[in-house]
Amino acid sequence: MWAIVGTIPDRDFPLVTGQVSLKDNAISIQGQHIPVSRGTPALLAAAIKAGEFLGQPAPYGFLVGDSGLGVGSRRLCDYLVEHLGESAFRAITFHYVQPDVRWHNRVLSAVEQMAHRPILVADAGSMYVAKMSGRAAVYDLFTPDIGELAFLADEEAPHPLYTRGFILHEENRVPQLIARSYAHNNAARNLLVKGERDYVANQNGIQATIDYPMVEAMEAIGGTGDTLTGIVAALTTAGMEISEAAIIAARANRLAGYYVKPTAATQVREIVSYIAGALKEILAENKKGEAKKVA
Amino acid sequence: MAFLDFLKRKHPRAPAETQGLDRGILVFEHTSEVIRAETALKAEGWKIRVMGPPPEVQSGCDLVIEIPLIEELSILRTLQASGVKPKEVVPVSSPLLHPVDLFQTKDLGQYLMVRAANMKVTIDKQTLTIVNVSGGGCPDVPYLAHRMVGKPLSDAPSPREIGHTLCGYALQLAYEEARRQCGL
Repeated sequence: MWAIVGTIPDRDFPLVTGQVSLKDNAISIQGQHIPVSRGTPALLAAAIKAGEFLGQPAPYGFLVGDSGLGVGSRRLCDYLVEHLGESAFRAITFHYVQPDVRWHNRVLSAVEQMAHRPILVADAGSMYVAKMSGRAAVYDLFTPDIGELAFLADEEAPHPLYTRGFILHEENRVPQLIARSYAHNNAARNLLVKGERDYVANQNGIQATIDYPMVEAMEAIGGTGDTLTGIVAALTTAGMEISEAAIIAARANRLAGYYVKPTAATQVREIVSYIAGALKEILAENKKGEAKKVA
Repeated sequence: MAFLDFLKRKHPRAPAETQGLDRGILVFEHTSEVIRAETALKAEGWKIRVMGPPPEVQSGCDLVIEIPLIEELSILRTLQASGVKPKEVVPVSSPLLHPVDLFQTKDLGQYLMVRAANMKVTIDKQTLTIVNVSGGGCPDVPYLAHRMVGKPLSDAPSPREIGHTLCGYALQLAYEEARRQCGL
């Protein structure tokens, strides 16, 4: 079992938990249907597509409506605090949740009560608050974009809005930003930095750079970071080592985008349907590469 | 009435660059309230600044308004008249965090992408329509994107009006910069 925690941008959407399915460009959970669009629905859609291809059961969703006032996020965190300790998930991905350090720390305490520690992935608001709480290193993977990496690298910024100028000026110096994030304990054990080039890094520095295929428009398309996080969540749940999963996910996400022939006006739902095919192609290439190495 | 207006015009509007122990911050429940308060105070001529809170007040998605403490009562009256009430007023002596004021612009041929902090807005250069919103991590971002994408830059609702979070505030900065670059 693997879980995805996030919000739906509709304050009337109820708190729902259960297995999530995908049909006709909408995700379904407990009789609720949500169109695939940027945010947690895009992450779920990508995770379902990748999980299906990998033979994984559908992810278990913890979802609530929140339009930015934090009311839904608080209800969701209360629910998690109450129920996570008794649950058994191989991996949990925390996504769009209103950042609040007190709620975050309570949820993390519930995770620590689980019989088996799950793989912990954080993106979006959940990543912001993980850094702000000073407990980033508890997580196995963060998936920041370049602007968010600058925020991780700024030990004083509680949100990307406050990243100091001298650090923002270093955005073309990804290795330095990664090193600075780790120096101040503000990074997860692994980082997948998404952008024009994607970087997979850990405490020892950059482990891989992925820049093919180069699809410039992807950065402008809202939700392509969410699909990337969904794919990597599926791969780690399937048992792949985290840094390898990050590399495969980055390549597959790029390839899915490439097949759409996107412009900056493309919407993310168009990319989702290509994820399984792209993943199949990347994993087959990997297999061939490994076979060549053995030979 | 004219006499009162005269007094009002003479009323000192303190400069933003107050230093030392004479500064305070207005703390609100939600970022959207900060934005409403900022709008109300600026409309009345107060030179206040929207800033990040000091560490002892931070809880998560925070934004505060820096004020000269000596003007606290007048400022609170202005806010009361606008129906916005701060949660508390806190004196501060330590430096406050500044919201970003750097923008990155990427020319994508037919499109222009403008980024402020973690938020990006992309515009069709010919039609001046918002074609995409990306980045961010607060829960109102997908809602803001839903409301803004497909709308002309001149008519789209501004994140300031419909957003609630710091990501919404960052998107507002990118949106304003995009409007500036497009001559609006």
